[in-house]
Amino acid sequence: MGLRNFFDRIEPHFEKGGKYEKYFPIYEMVESFLYTPKTVTTVAPHARSYVDMKRIMTYVVIATIPCILMGLYNTGYQTNLAIAEFGASGWRAAIIDMLGIGFNAANPLANMAHGLLYFLPIYIVTLVAGGIFEVIFATVRKHEVNEGFLVSSMLYALIVPATTPLWQVALGIIFGVVIGKEVFGGTGKNFLNPALTGRAFLYFAYPAQLSGDSVWVPVDGFTGATALAVSASQGFQALAANGMSWWDSFYGFIPGSFGETSTLACLIGLVFLLATKIANYRMVVGCLAGMIGFSLLLNWIGSDSNPMFAMPWYWHLVLGGYAFGLVFMVTEPVSGAHTNVGRYIYGALIGFMVVMIRVINPAFPEGMMLAILFGNVFAPLIDYFVVQANIKRRAKRHG
Amino acid sequence: MAHKRRDMLIDPLVDNNPITLQVLGICSALAVTSSLQVAFVMAIAVTLVTAFSSMFISMIRNQIPGSIRIIVQMVIIASLVILVDQMLKAFAFEISKTLSVFVGLIITNCIVMGRAEAFAMKNPPIDSFIDGIGNGLGYGLILMLVGVIRELFGSGSLFGITILETVNNGGWYVPNGLLLLPPSAFFIIGLIIWAFRTWKSEQVEAREYKIQSVEAH
Repeated sequence: MGLRNFFDRIEPHFEKGGKYEKYFPIYEMVESFLYTPKTVTTVAPHARSYVDMKRIMTYVVIATIPCILMGLYNTGYQTNLAIAEFGASGWRAAIIDMLGIGFNAANPLANMAHGLLYFLPIYIVTLVAGGIFEVIFATVRKHEVNEGFLVSSMLYALIVPATTPLWQVALGIIFGVVIGKEVFGGTGKNFLNPALTGRAFLYFAYPAQLSGDSVWVPVDGFTGATALAVSASQGFQALAANGMSWWDSFYGFIPGSFGETSTLACLIGLVFLLATKIANYRMVVGCLAGMIGFSLLLNWIGSDSNPMFAMPWYWHLVLGGYAFGLVFMVTEPVSGAHTNVGRYIYGALIGFMVVMIRVINPAFPEGMMLAILFGNVFAPLIDYFVVQANIKRRAKRHG
Repeated sequence: MAHKRRDMLIDPLVDNNPITLQVLGICSALAVTSSLQVAFVMAIAVTLVTAFSSMFISMIRNQIPGSIRIIVQMVIIASLVILVDQMLKAFAFEISKTLSVFVGLIITNCIVMGRAEAFAMKNPPIDSFIDGIGNGLGYGLILMLVGVIRELFGSGSLFGITILETVNNGGWYVPNGLLLLPPSAFFIIGLIIWAFRTWKSEQVEAREYKIQSVEAH
């Protein structure tokens, strides 16, 4: 118990009146990261429960583990495939050479190692850059550094393309933390998802690196359109010709950002989140219904000029960021709707918007990010109308 | 008197800025700030229109019947805007094309109407003129601030002169595309307001509500 004693000894310095009073948030962050927090909700209106915010956030991070593993493997796999064709270059290849791991795409270990060399720098930059701003705000505003940032940074690292320049990664997460969260008062008061806000910033600020054909350039000379870009220009039937079958997309063996490619890994995370009741099933049901319903409608309408109209719903499910967004972004409790009826509507709105943007808007092949941000913005309004409708119904019943 | 007039000129720059404190004239601030040159011309145009319309309105303020005063004000403002528009078309056609509809929309700029209604209707012409200049400069100051940020980081230049060599021209700077889109001005103006209110804390508005915290026992 040496560590506990150490904390007990230095704690008075950080409390009110102590020498380092100003730095209490930092002390609190380290201490509560290692031990259970001292303050728990005990009075109404909170339900008494063993689940506190820290545990919720930890569960979400655990739920992303399948996505991380799958993302690491696939990133390395895709890179090694490209290297087999075009030859290796860059510092990552130099490190791999030095360790003597090799570029064999059939060797899972080599793939994992190569994926790690992509993921780790991005994740570390995200943690450091975002963390610095998080701590600055916590110190100035005198609130606690929140575990929410662990989740945001993990989700953010999983949705940026693997080849994004690191300074752009840093800029994006800083924008996400400051504009997406801290200006509204910190965790729990943000109406936008911070990770997505950062991603959206990068998407509009540096479209060359974040969308289109150059999203995935592991080695010089390699260009590959994303699956959605292919289906937007040639129809989903053309995907098979590009070597992407439905099962490939479902398992996640297609080029894309770390976490987004594998629908299977996302679904494992979803099962975990639903079983622990951290994700609300109503949002998931709503989002699936909206997506399936609207894409069926578009299938039925059909179009001669736009091949995306014919894309069936099960392809929408496995391509792009739909599955990842559905599991980790739509279900986020803070920025979503808070009423039960509202949650269905909120989910359905997002599902509808995804298909709408993917199919009908020619400027954006992928729509999940924009659809979720759109849903975030509308969530308070949806809640308002649900509450008003309830008031009206009860007023009618009771006079 | 001289001291008061100096205040009229200086006050709207920071302490009573039409954009950051009164949050007026945002529409054009979003639209014309992607390049500094355009923002500069727009700032001059608004300053002139505000100053002269305030002066003319103030001259005839005792003759304007209260019930139709807005219409009279609009006529004066509109005439001045048309004048500015024609001048721009004659002497700065390229900029006039970039500004396009926003010169005409100076008529609807809340700052012009606001000063006419709030100040010129109650004060003598010279004071009104100075007040108009002051508010125009306050508007221009924010426009230029936003313009500097957007043009420098969005296209790597100031007044069209390259400062940061962009990647496309063989330099090192990767321009930030978001800053060329109008929504970025929202963020920037918001951040400027935040900075101003941190600096001058008396500008912070009173809270309309307070989130209650429950003490744990």
